[in-house]
Amino acid sequence: MTQKPKLAVWKFASCDGCQLSLLDCEDELLAVAGAVDIAYFPEATRRMVDGPYDVSLVEGSITTPHDAERIVAIRKNSKKLITLGACATAGGIQALRNFRDVKEWTSLVYAHPEYIDTLAHSAPIAEHVKVDFELRGCPINKMQLVEVLAAFLNQRKPLVPNHSVCVECKLNEQVCVMVTQQTPCLGPVTQAGCGALCPRYLRGCFGCFGPKENPNTSSMAAQWRSLGASEAQILRAFRGINGYAEAFRLESERSEQQLQSTEQKAK
Amino acid sequence: MHYRLEASDLQQLLDALKADGYALLGPQRQDNAILYDTLESAADLPQGWTDQQEAGQYKLKRREDAAYFGYVVGPRSWKRVFLPPRKRLWSATQQDGAWSIEEEPLPTQKVALIGVRACEIHAIAIQDRVLREGPYPDPYYTTMRAQSLIIAVNCTQAAPTCFCTSMDTGPNATFGFDLSLTELLEPDHGFVVEVGSPKGQALVETLGLPAANDPDQARAQAGVDQARKQIKRTLQRDDVKALLYRNLEHARWDEVASRCLSCANCTMVCPTCFCTEMEDITDLTGDHAERWQRWDSCFHGQFTHVHGGPVRQSTRSRYRQWLTHKLASWEDQFGTTGCVGCGRCIAWCPAGIDLTAEVKAFRESEHSQEKNKR
Repeated sequence: MTQKPKLAVWKFASCDGCQLSLLDCEDELLAVAGAVDIAYFPEATRRMVDGPYDVSLVEGSITTPHDAERIVAIRKNSKKLITLGACATAGGIQALRNFRDVKEWTSLVYAHPEYIDTLAHSAPIAEHVKVDFELRGCPINKMQLVEVLAAFLNQRKPLVPNHSVCVECKLNEQVCVMVTQQTPCLGPVTQAGCGALCPRYLRGCFGCFGPKENPNTSSMAAQWRSLGASEAQILRAFRGINGYAEAFRLESERSEQQLQSTEQKAK
Repeated sequence: MHYRLEASDLQQLLDALKADGYALLGPQRQDNAILYDTLESAADLPQGWTDQQEAGQYKLKRREDAAYFGYVVGPRSWKRVFLPPRKRLWSATQQDGAWSIEEEPLPTQKVALIGVRACEIHAIAIQDRVLREGPYPDPYYTTMRAQSLIIAVNCTQAAPTCFCTSMDTGPNATFGFDLSLTELLEPDHGFVVEVGSPKGQALVETLGLPAANDPDQARAQAGVDQARKQIKRTLQRDDVKALLYRNLEHARWDEVASRCLSCANCTMVCPTCFCTEMEDITDLTGDHAERWQRWDSCFHGQFTHVHGGPVRQSTRSRYRQWLTHKLASWEDQFGTTGCVGCGRCIAWCPAGIDLTAEVKAFRESEHSQEKNKR
């Protein structure tokens, strides 16, 4: 019998929600455990087997000099490296600091900022090392994780479409909340994967899966304005969980400039 | 020959269809829209409701009367019945090193489509040419079409998004139905019924419907005429193919691309768009594999992905592909237009892009160029 592939799960700056999705698999968890050797997964087991690993799942963003060293070591010790979720793929909500001066914030937040050793930016894993596949979401969709693992084990391409959330709404035959209720929704610029969770509950999309392929964020922002959204709302919508993903970042910067110029005019 | 069906006897028509073994599909109010779904009884119909539509907008509103079919068209089209959004084609299982492939069984349930509009009948006919009458008929599609029965409803009102009169597809059904109904509201609520097939004739006989009198027929005609008059949107069709082909490099494509979200909503709601993607999946063990077919769109990068990347990378090229296919190259390919003037792509575009306005922009640009020459 051939040896089962060794799987490791690593955590960086994150909330643990994405690696919990693996434990959340329930029905599929036994199949996963049967297909791979879970060699390193501190959140699930005390058993820790040394590398090298066939596949590493990486959660979280790189925020400290120590993180930056650790991810390089993990990359060296892993045949395939897959990032899980918005933090690992776009810097996460903690990347809000990328738009401000981190030193100033540290001095405001901590009584002894001199003990804090942090990088100026919260960075996605791919800014530091080569990534084989980026799984989107906040949190990730556990079925997409199982699909990515199944694709890895069977040496095929993962079936993770990069089209809009709108397509998921339409495939699920969910009625458009933007057209029927004039609800501002990020679905048209956001990558599918969540199963159109929010529109199913008649809410607009929050963009948890980040920008879709070929996103027209400027037109999206214009539509939000025409539905009565304020510039501050638009800024917050794009500068959220995936705010440091390029397309969303550029749109939030345009929105911020707009906001600042309006404020200056008001003065 | 036209017949009369009382509104209070609508349930009897549905019962007769059920007794004949048909599952009923029809309009109902769900999630702030009127959608086609499984129909249990006439009580499920959106009686007393109407829709208000504009570019990028759709709203339900109470009517002041008790019309059963007093709305226009919603986001779902009947293509979901014949070409479902997702469908498993086959699955394969490996046991002791040998693979066995199991094809998905074809559906056997007969379906009756209640409330099919004239433009939708044209859309079905257009998809028939592609998926039923073409060189590669789709087995699921042909099976479902063969076991479907169509109860058409002629439009007596139109939405601002409608332009069937430009496409010669409405507002009344002229073919492709088993029965067609025209709803009469005042003074006595009922329907004028037209027979379109032997199956429809048999239904009329089962129900023992009386002939419609002349005033009823005149009222039905007046209703259809009213819908025709309400239609204000136009698309000049005669030269649209040549017009678009002459303007493939026009700056207008960049302008529309600046608004287009390439979200694919227009293609999903379009009753004639038929493109699908094949998705192959395996489970973790690799002992079980499946092939699925799902709706795809020319607005996706993956749609034209070949070695090295997508052929159509820009939104400009994707929108141009969609519009020129609908209104021009569809004709070269299938001998008909790809648009029936239902207006769904206008109402359900989150950016409110209107293809009739785009076509007009090309035409006006040519006109002003002509003028400048003189």
